[in-house]
Order: sequence, then C-alpha cells, then structure tokens
Amino acid sequence: MAKALKCNLCDNHATVHLTQILNNKIHKVDLCESCAQQKGVTDPNGFSLADLLIKSTGGEEAGADQALKCPTCGYTRRNFSKSGRLGCPDCYDYFKDTIDSILANMHKGTTHCGKVPVNARAHISLREEVSRLEEELKKAVDAERYEDAAQYRDRIQEVRKARDQNE
Amino acid sequence: MIIKPLLDSKAELTHGNVTKCPVVLSTRIRLARNLAAHLFPGWAAESERSEILANCFASIGSVTGMKRGYKFKIEELDDLQRKILYERHLISRELMSSNNGAGTLVSKDQSCVVMVNEEDHLRIQVLRSGFHFKRVWRTIDRIDSAIEERLPYAFSEELGYLTACPTNVGTGMRASAMMHLPGLVISNQMEKVIRAVNQLGIVVRGLFGEGSDASGSIFQISNQMTLGETEQQIIKRLSSVLESIIEQENNARGRLLEAERTKLFDKIARAYGILRSSHVMSSAEAMNLLSLIRLGLDIKLFEEENREILDRLLIESQPGHIQYSAKHLADSEERDVLRAAYLRTEFEKIQEPDFGDI
Ligand SMILES: [Zn+2]
Ligand SMILES: [Zn+2]
Repeated sequence: MAKALKCNLCDNHATVHLTQILNNKIHKVDLCESCAQQKGVTDPNGFSLADLLIKSTGGEEAGADQALKCPTCGYTRRNFSKSGRLGCPDCYDYFKDTIDSILANMHKGTTHCGKVPVNARAHISLREEVSRLEEELKKAVDAERYEDAAQYRDRIQEVRKARDQNE
Repeated sequence: MIIKPLLDSKAELTHGNVTKCPVVLSTRIRLARNLAAHLFPGWAAESERSEILANCFASIGSVTGMKRGYKFKIEELDDLQRKILYERHLISRELMSSNNGAGTLVSKDQSCVVMVNEEDHLRIQVLRSGFHFKRVWRTIDRIDSAIEERLPYAFSEELGYLTACPTNVGTGMRASAMMHLPGLVISNQMEKVIRAVNQLGIVVRGLFGEGSDASGSIFQISNQMTLGETEQQIIKRLSSVLESIIEQENNARGRLLEAERTKLFDKIARAYGILRSSHVMSSAEAMNLLSLIRLGLDIKLFEEENREILDRLLIESQPGHIQYSAKHLADSEERDVLRAAYLRTEFEKIQEPDFGDI
C-alpha cells in the first residue's frame, strides 16, 4: 500500500494494525502508538475492540450530516462519533442509520430478544390485542355481521383506553 | 471514615469461601439500565444527575435485598475511600473518578451493588463466590424487576434496554467470571486461549494491572455481545467457554505436576518462604506469590481451611487497603513495607507446605 494509514482515533500515522473476528466478520483497526497504548491494545490480556469500532465507524459514513441533532436532548451526530456515547434514549431514533450499522457489526443480532419489563410487556400485549380485534372487526364487517362488529369496536376502544393509561 | 462499617463487616467476596470449583473465584452479572425520559448521565446537567441520584437512593433502598445496606455519594468520599471501594469491586473505575451526582448502593453482605450515574443511570451488579451463574441471574433478575416497578426504564421493543453506549444495548448484560489460571500462565498458553475465546465474542481481561506479570494469573472473562440473544443464551454460551477453560487449566496443571513437578513445588515453596519472611513487597509481587500459594492449596499442599484467608489477602494486599490499615497517608515505599509486615503476620497462621505423599 502506497498511502500511509492514519490512526482511526486521531490523525497520527498508524503503526499498530489489528484484526479481530466478531460474528464471523473481520474487523480491522489501525492505530498510532499512543492511542494503542491508551486503549490497552498492547496489553496481552486482551482489550475490547467493540469500543474502538464505534469510534472508528460511528457516523462517518459518506454524506452523514455531522450537525444532525437529537431534538429531545440536543446531542449531535458529531458528539456521538467523538465519544461513542449517546445523549438520551431518543437518540436511538434520530441516529438510527448510524447506530443500526454499528449494531449489526457488533452484536449477535439487531433485535432484542431478552427480558422485557412488565410495563412494556403489558403495552406490547395490548397493542397485539388491538390489532387482533381490528382483524376480527374487518372480518365481521365483510361478513355483514354488524352486531359482532359493534362489539369488536367497543372492545377496541376499551383496550386503546387501557393502553393509553398504561403509557 | 464513611465506609468504615462496610470494611468491618463480612463480605461475600472476602468471606464467601466456596471450594467446589477453585478455578473460578467469583461469578458476576451486571445490568445496565436507564430511566425513561431522562438524559444519560454523561450528557445530563448536574442538577438532573443529583435529582436522579436522590430519587434512586430513595426508591432502590427499599428493594428487598438492598434494605439495611449502605449508600455512598461519591462526592462525599475521599480518594482513598473511593480506591478501597474500587478494589472491592463496589464501584467501577469510571465511578471512582466521577464528579457530583454519582453514588452507589451496596447490600449488607456486599454481594449486590447498584451504581447510580455511572455511564448509565443504573449499573446493577450481583457477585457471588464460586461458579454460580444461575443463582446470580435469579437474584439480579428479581432486583431488576423490583427496581423497574419503582423507576420506569428506557426500553424499546426493537432494541431492548437503551444504554448510553450501543455496545451494551439489548439485554444490557455483562456476565463474567473471575478465573485463577496459573497453570495456563506458567505453561505459556494464556495468549492462545485469549485468541481462541475472542473469536467467540468472549473477552478476557487481566484483573490486576497491565500485562501478565502483575496479574496474579487472575482473569476476568465476559461476554462482549448484548443484543440478539436472550440472557439465558448469553450465559449458556459463556458458561460453556468457561467450562472449557477450566478443563484446559486442569490439564495444564496436570501436565505441570507430571513433567515439571520439582520446578512447580520449588516455585510454591519459595513463594511461601518470601511471604513469611520478606520486609518489602509491591502489590504486584504479592499478587503473584499469593496466586502460587492458591495453586498450592488447590493441589493440596496447604490445608483447605486456609482458602478463606488467601482469597481475603488477594483483596487486602492491594494499595488502597494497605493505605487504610496504615491510618495515615503512606507513600508507595512505606506501603510496600506495611504490606510485607501484614503478610508476614497472616502467613504465621498458615502451615508450611506439605510435600509428603504427593
Ligand atoms: Zn492515534
Ligand atoms: Zn437524544
């Protein structure tokens, strides 16, 4: 390679080149001596590449607007690519594109399948109940079973109300 | 000293004394959680952080398991007290250097900790001596659910528990085991093991200081990925890696006992000699020597009843704890003298290694 590689964390000349296989994907990170030291990369006991990955890929894809701001907390995409941390829970929505690509690189999957808090569980099951009832309602209307349809409509309103109280 | 009552009482880490699996010192799970509708601690103003801290202290203090425990605001602790809490795994490195509005709740037996306004609003941690992921998960799951009843969490159906850093999102769970691996270190196999488990998404860190020299052959081994798997799947995968490491460690010890028996006995006998009679000792040297004695205990050169003393000394030989026992500001040279004296006294209680019928 003719061009000297730059450190992923600062602009110095990179002398430490690392490869780690995560999720069957090969990740390469290039660092200068001092960043490598600082990150504990030279520590033979191992280090966390994931942390480095965020900083080297965070928000730097072509065309990403660095000034994009989370309307809830005022955090910018530039803040994120610099620190690797987010400002508030809503940042996950506003920087979705950037975060999704990082998550796909870093984790086993991109969807949560673990524990769900009781509050959220109730909310999820109510939402599922509404969509089930809506389907029944449509079927009833299609079959001109208007009495049933009216009952479904009432039930949907009840569940919606319960869901809103739950929020 | 604010943390004195904590230091004077028995703790899981120093008095747990579990012998079933000597290779695994302790099992730990931590969950990263954030409160809904609040900025993450790193971006929140100090007033918001303080409000969250007060709120969490009030709500979490009443959770079963955390009642009658300890609450410390970091700003009220001096550097020494912070260091001691860090050495006992009751606060993290990040919390140790934290500014106003951060704190920690510690259960009576010091096995459950909730750090407030670390990188995330809450870092819930449960630690047990020995190899006990199922029990630890049951405990932390219960505490987490009880906290959630009082303080609604930031949660998304798609991404799970939302954390300040995307490396923790999803389950927010880091499960880890502290392992004592002198066999693999002495026979130079540790690097190979680290490389192999890294490829499975498992991370290995030395516990004490940098490099394998200062580590006392103690390593923390944990999962890296938090999203896309259930907590049970993560624990299962990590456990199977740990079991294979235990097997490799036992094999390495077996080979050492066969091929380098005399050399190994010599190392352990010398370690005992130095611990009983030295007058200056750094914490790195202490860790390495204590680690060898622990290995000696595993292969029955010492009485099993000494294990508790040994696991306690691994904690108490660290700089903050030695400093505390000095009762004044000792520099590192004086600490090394104090440490040697302390270990000399403690080792009077431990009988010479018995190489008799092995
Ligand atoms: Zn650099
Ligand atoms: Zn935000």
